[in-house]
Amino acid sequence: MFTPHTKHDVEVMLGSIGVGKIEDLFKEIPAQFRYPDLNLPPRLTEMEAAAELESIASANATTKDLLSFLGAGAYDHYIPAAIDNLLQRGEFYTAYTPYQPEISQGTLQAIFEFQSLICKLTGMDVSNASHYDGATAAAEAVILAYGHFRNKRKKILVSRAVNPQYRQVIRTYMQADTSLQIVGDDPETGIAPEMDKFIAQIDHDTALVVVQYPDFFGRIIDYTQLIETAHQLGALVAVAVNPTALGLLTPPGEIGADIAFGEGQPLGIPLSYGGPYLGFFAVKDALLRKLAGRLVGETVDADGKLAYVLTLTAREQHIRREKASSNICSNQGLMTLAATIYMSLLGKHGLQQVANLCYQKAHFAADQLSGMDGFTLVDEWTPFFHEFVVKCDEPVDQVLEHLLQHNILGGYNLGQDYPELKDHLLLAVTEKIKREDIEYLCAVLQEENHG
Amino acid sequence: MAEPTIFDLSVTGRKGVTFPKADVPETALPKGFVRGKLQLPEMSEMEVVRHFTSISQKNYAIDLGFYPLGSCTMKYNPKINEAVSRLPGFAATHPRQPENSVQGNLYLMYSLQEMLKEIAGFAAVTLQPAAGAHGELVGTLIIHKYHKDRGDHQRTRILIPDSAHGTNPASSAMLGFEVVPLPSDARGNVDLEALKSLCDERLAGLMFTNPNTLGLFDENVCEVVRIVHEAGGLVYGDGANMNALLGVFRPGDVGIDILHFNLHKTFSTPHGGGGPGSGPVAVANHLVDYLPDPLVGIVEEGDEENAPLYGFIHPVKSIGRIKSFNGHFGMHIRAFTYISMLGKEGLRDVAEKAVLNANYLQQKLKGTYTLPYDRPCMHEFVLEGMWKDVPGIHALDIAKRLMDYDFHPPTNYFPLIVHEALMIEPTETEAKETLDRFVEAMLKIAEEARTNPELLHDAPHHTPVRRCDELKAAKDLVLCCYVSENWPPGPQE
Repeated sequence: MFTPHTKHDVEVMLGSIGVGKIEDLFKEIPAQFRYPDLNLPPRLTEMEAAAELESIASANATTKDLLSFLGAGAYDHYIPAAIDNLLQRGEFYTAYTPYQPEISQGTLQAIFEFQSLICKLTGMDVSNASHYDGATAAAEAVILAYGHFRNKRKKILVSRAVNPQYRQVIRTYMQADTSLQIVGDDPETGIAPEMDKFIAQIDHDTALVVVQYPDFFGRIIDYTQLIETAHQLGALVAVAVNPTALGLLTPPGEIGADIAFGEGQPLGIPLSYGGPYLGFFAVKDALLRKLAGRLVGETVDADGKLAYVLTLTAREQHIRREKASSNICSNQGLMTLAATIYMSLLGKHGLQQVANLCYQKAHFAADQLSGMDGFTLVDEWTPFFHEFVVKCDEPVDQVLEHLLQHNILGGYNLGQDYPELKDHLLLAVTEKIKREDIEYLCAVLQEENHG
Repeated sequence: MAEPTIFDLSVTGRKGVTFPKADVPETALPKGFVRGKLQLPEMSEMEVVRHFTSISQKNYAIDLGFYPLGSCTMKYNPKINEAVSRLPGFAATHPRQPENSVQGNLYLMYSLQEMLKEIAGFAAVTLQPAAGAHGELVGTLIIHKYHKDRGDHQRTRILIPDSAHGTNPASSAMLGFEVVPLPSDARGNVDLEALKSLCDERLAGLMFTNPNTLGLFDENVCEVVRIVHEAGGLVYGDGANMNALLGVFRPGDVGIDILHFNLHKTFSTPHGGGGPGSGPVAVANHLVDYLPDPLVGIVEEGDEENAPLYGFIHPVKSIGRIKSFNGHFGMHIRAFTYISMLGKEGLRDVAEKAVLNANYLQQKLKGTYTLPYDRPCMHEFVLEGMWKDVPGIHALDIAKRLMDYDFHPPTNYFPLIVHEALMIEPTETEAKETLDRFVEAMLKIAEEARTNPELLHDAPHHTPVRRCDELKAAKDLVLCCYVSENWPPGPQE
């Protein structure tokens, strides 16, 4: 199917190798284990496979069939047509890592532009060529900070308002080092926006403070005080950011973050049931040499012409092996390209417009909902960007079930991750949501309430 | 002429994609949080398209030609994969949808887990890891937790053959393991005597790539596994080279405990210019409970009328979550499609033709280039890119000169145990004529090395840029476009 060999080719090739049959090339494999009889479904032609995959896909309900208010880490934004058209160029997607710069300038320039855009968007100095996703970028921030203090500062403070999956992945990555404490996200410290109890835990043993902006509940929190305290005590601060929000909000670089990272999916990458996405990661100059992952830099070629290459590779695993700053090898190549094209196509105006539309529509939705019986939006949950929390009088699962019956994905049940918020629902509103969609949501909820 | 960057191309006031006006009453922006400057490009859509089309043409790619990059398995990426992974039924599903609304996705993931189990001979598979190195991290986390749960706290060493990928030691070090290098013997196999001497109560495990990075199948695989197990260690299989073994040999059958796959090597998902990859991990029975949380399972058996209900299940001793959501689902779709189209006959055909192609090239080249381990190879082989009688020529020169012949060079300077290594992996999707053209170029280059070495030293000649000054890049670091405080120029709106 994907092997071009004719019977004649095989004979000629075997003849030149000097063996009688292909099986002779596998004689070094222990005979009793050779050629297992695999129990797999019968093979399909392309036509059959296409039909089979369409049939599997049709067993899903999608955000195109349903009206979706789901966010909680992945967002349904409009993706301009030009992005996928360009991603499908074989020159981009069937190339390998640009280790040979002479024939990889396309990939290298795209990564260089990606790094530049991320720096401008976040207000940071240096961006790497990406991590796997927001959660693994969070873990890499912890590794970076821990290493920065030569493992001497033993405390990582993570806010409870950081995406629960990010916090889980940080703990998975760091579980082998029992001397490292990952704290600050317990119910006692809580999620109050003033963060007094959290800030009080920053001390001289703290390597890194991790917060999210907007936080997991969509809230825009003022971290000035927190960052000031952390810096006074010598700790680094990593801010997880939603890139769409930065079309509107002060970037982390301007409020003093040492590391800004986040989930790049909102930048033109399809929901695709959770992946592949993109973890972006940027730092201030002082941390440049601690960065993990690939970096593209500018140089010249033998004729003095501008060129791009992978640089500072001595930090990486293929050179440093066990002394590398991380084991990361691949980056999210094609996903960084998608984000680069997205940011170029929307540009300054487009991103500002998307951020503003998200903000305006989310506030309209929150307004409408909080005016209804059975739903409360309290001050603790404001100000917010494009995602907000409402307290429901009815059990959240029941509300969501009712909405789904009316073809609405109603949002995220916070009780799954936060026992103290078991009556709370998290709703996301993007530019794709129309006013009548919000009115329909309210009408269906009204019916639930009185029905 | 160098292609300008998107910042160079930007003109104040120009717009690409725009959005409708707000259809809701205006809410005031949050005081104190509104950003001032936003220095992003301002371009029309066509300019953006031309820019990226133009830079794409400066790439070499599988769709353009032969890409014999050893250990990377640059096989053809079938177009059907791209089409089906973009079906809205998949691409427009949100990872937090209720399980009953995404039964298609869960069925596909479950089926891929089952297929990979069967292909490699294991008890369970997680699809969560994002890449090979990420899979290795999962493997070393499992090794760590397994010993910890058994109270074997003294098991702190991981043995890694000197031929291994750099990610192996880097992954082990992330968990605080002591990395102990394991030498190869004269045939390129793991040195059994050295292995025995290193197997003691400190042994946590061995990371073992088979076929190894020399492209050789370690004939002592059963013995290696037995020695490690007897010492109480676990054997981690680096599945980077599974392409040679599909339908021919199952690592699980000889007792390997953990194995990662590279869907972007073996199962035809595209490399994407450096990612996204996908690195599922398979484990034997005694390690199933340690897999990352969650896995996809059948939560309600089906019957004659109803399909089974698929959902997430939670391994009881799990190392925890390793990534957001459900792994690189888009890659799962492509690999599932590929395996479905190959079936067991097709998988075996892949391995056989990959090995046939590699042996054919090895045979044709080994007279002209030194082959340090002269044995039948598997899917790839390693030559020395140097000759004693031409002292000034290095593997790098040969690699760069190949570009003038319109080939992507082999991997060079890896594995580290071969001088001036040229690691060649043709893959099964290449036709004999292509291999013959490559041989011709390689022989011609060997001749040029003697008759006109400058051709090699100065190569490449016809590429979009020529040899790049990597020292300058590291010394005068420029890691993003220069954008002044006053950028963009011109009248502001």
